[in-house]
Amino acid sequence: MTESPVLEITDLVKTFGALRASDGVTLDLRSGEVHALIGPNGAGKSTLIHQICGTQKQDSGTIHFAGQDIGRLGVAERARLGLGRTFQVSSLAPEFSALRNVMLAVQARAGSSFRFFRPVMRDRGLIDQARAMLERVGLAGRAKIPAAELSHGERRQLEIAIALALGSKAFLLDEPMAGMGPEGSKRLTGFLDTLRHEAPILLVEHDMDAVFALADRISVLVYGRVIATGTVEEIRRDPAVRTAYLGDHA
Amino acid sequence: MALSRENIINLVLALLLLVVPVAASQMGQPFTVTLATRIAVLALAATGLNIALGLGGLVSFGHAVFFGIGGYAAGILASHVFSGEPMMFGFEGSNQMPVIWIFAVIACGLAGLAIGAISLRTSGVYFIMITLAFAQMIYYFAISWPAYGGEDGLSILVRNQFPGINTMLPLSFFLLCYGVLIACIGLFALLRGSRFGAALQAARQNEVRVAAVGISPYGIRLAAFVVSAMMTGLAGALYADLNKFVSPSMLSWHMSGELIVLIILGGTGRLFGPVAGAMLYVIFEFALGGLTERWQFFLGLILLGVVLFARGGLIGLLAGKARHD
Repeated sequence: MTESPVLEITDLVKTFGALRASDGVTLDLRSGEVHALIGPNGAGKSTLIHQICGTQKQDSGTIHFAGQDIGRLGVAERARLGLGRTFQVSSLAPEFSALRNVMLAVQARAGSSFRFFRPVMRDRGLIDQARAMLERVGLAGRAKIPAAELSHGERRQLEIAIALALGSKAFLLDEPMAGMGPEGSKRLTGFLDTLRHEAPILLVEHDMDAVFALADRISVLVYGRVIATGTVEEIRRDPAVRTAYLGDHA
Repeated sequence: MALSRENIINLVLALLLLVVPVAASQMGQPFTVTLATRIAVLALAATGLNIALGLGGLVSFGHAVFFGIGGYAAGILASHVFSGEPMMFGFEGSNQMPVIWIFAVIACGLAGLAIGAISLRTSGVYFIMITLAFAQMIYYFAISWPAYGGEDGLSILVRNQFPGINTMLPLSFFLLCYGVLIACIGLFALLRGSRFGAALQAARQNEVRVAAVGISPYGIRLAAFVVSAMMTGLAGALYADLNKFVSPSMLSWHMSGELIVLIILGGTGRLFGPVAGAMLYVIFEFALGGLTERWQFFLGLILLGVVLFARGGLIGLLAGKARHD
């Protein structure tokens, strides 16, 4: 791997009072890979995601994305650079249809939202691109349904369609399998396996079947520290990981 | 293209507001025409607020500022024409509505930019309070500024003119206001359907989502607030000409509240919500105001009913839930 990583996190520290939620986290995401981030509850996974996306600012350390230091940028600026995320709890415009949710992303990518007169619903280019994204995630048949009325799994798919529409250079998926039934998890795992060709994926996930099926590398986060990074096999064999987290599962 | 139920209702409301004063004028009832003009002007002010509040979810409790600035633009410019004293730089003022409107709209745009730029850094209850605080500042400024009437307000001796229209005739003035109202409702519809409108409405529904696709909600909201202020300011200029009088009461927080009430009565974010709300409000004020001085008590009851049982206001009650294509 001679290419420099798409996302490179170095010595990230974030404290809340006495709690060190990120305690010198170093992590990278290389092009074409799925890098899974696992760890027990309270290990600081969410805090790490927040810092990467920009909703929280690190106390120290750096975050480089696509060759640029993004550590001080706002959420919207980071998204414009191509950081596409999905949320642990789906976050959509609930009144808008699935199609309009994706159209918002297409318009954001195309540039200005300061266009005041041309009706979006007559903007073929916008609609066609959004529809193509819905088709890719298998939601074309639900295009007109308001996001609030979609099922849990469909909302997950819609979030991925939005990230796709943004032309993301990296995907940050925060527990995409959460709340999905076994069937849904399996289907989504299959889909994510194709998504990696689009852009690398940093996958935060509790579902170990999905993690073992998808991940090229796994990092284990415990008490704000990465205690191990390696291939699936290496992580399965790592004694420290087994005591800290995996238990019998491996 | 088949008309949706809401569009049919909108059309009926638009025609009703046009036909009634025309008929009343034929039957020699100028007072009804004046009531209809009041409806049109209040609906225009509320349509302005509806951009910020309805589309953007920005509960501005200070929109009377813009209504009042628009009013004072009309009053001040006209007063210099009558007194013959030039304003600044030898400008003699104006009693021409197009000139006044341009002044009103620009002044409100600038005020909206300043107030919005600061207020929009907050949200929720803080946003409500900070817009109110700005409004109160300007209200007390107007009261203590003797040059233009201070607390007593400022009379417009002769209604300002519009090229080709005799604005002294109640019906002509009504038609002018009605035309401006319909044009602004059209503008509202365009904004709502545009990319800008999509981002603005999405930011109301879920700010986090909008930022996550790379759109900064602040800029979108600020633009909405400015346009909103300008439209409400234009209504203020017409209101001053309707009453031939401006006073600090146009700037008071009662006025801000009244505009919010109009929108809630009619239907928040709905195209004709402000029209429906203004109709209800003015008819109510007229019908009950004749019977009791405490008509606002009954208005309060109705408002309570709407908030508890008919969140979509009158339009929501008649046309059902709002649909986004």
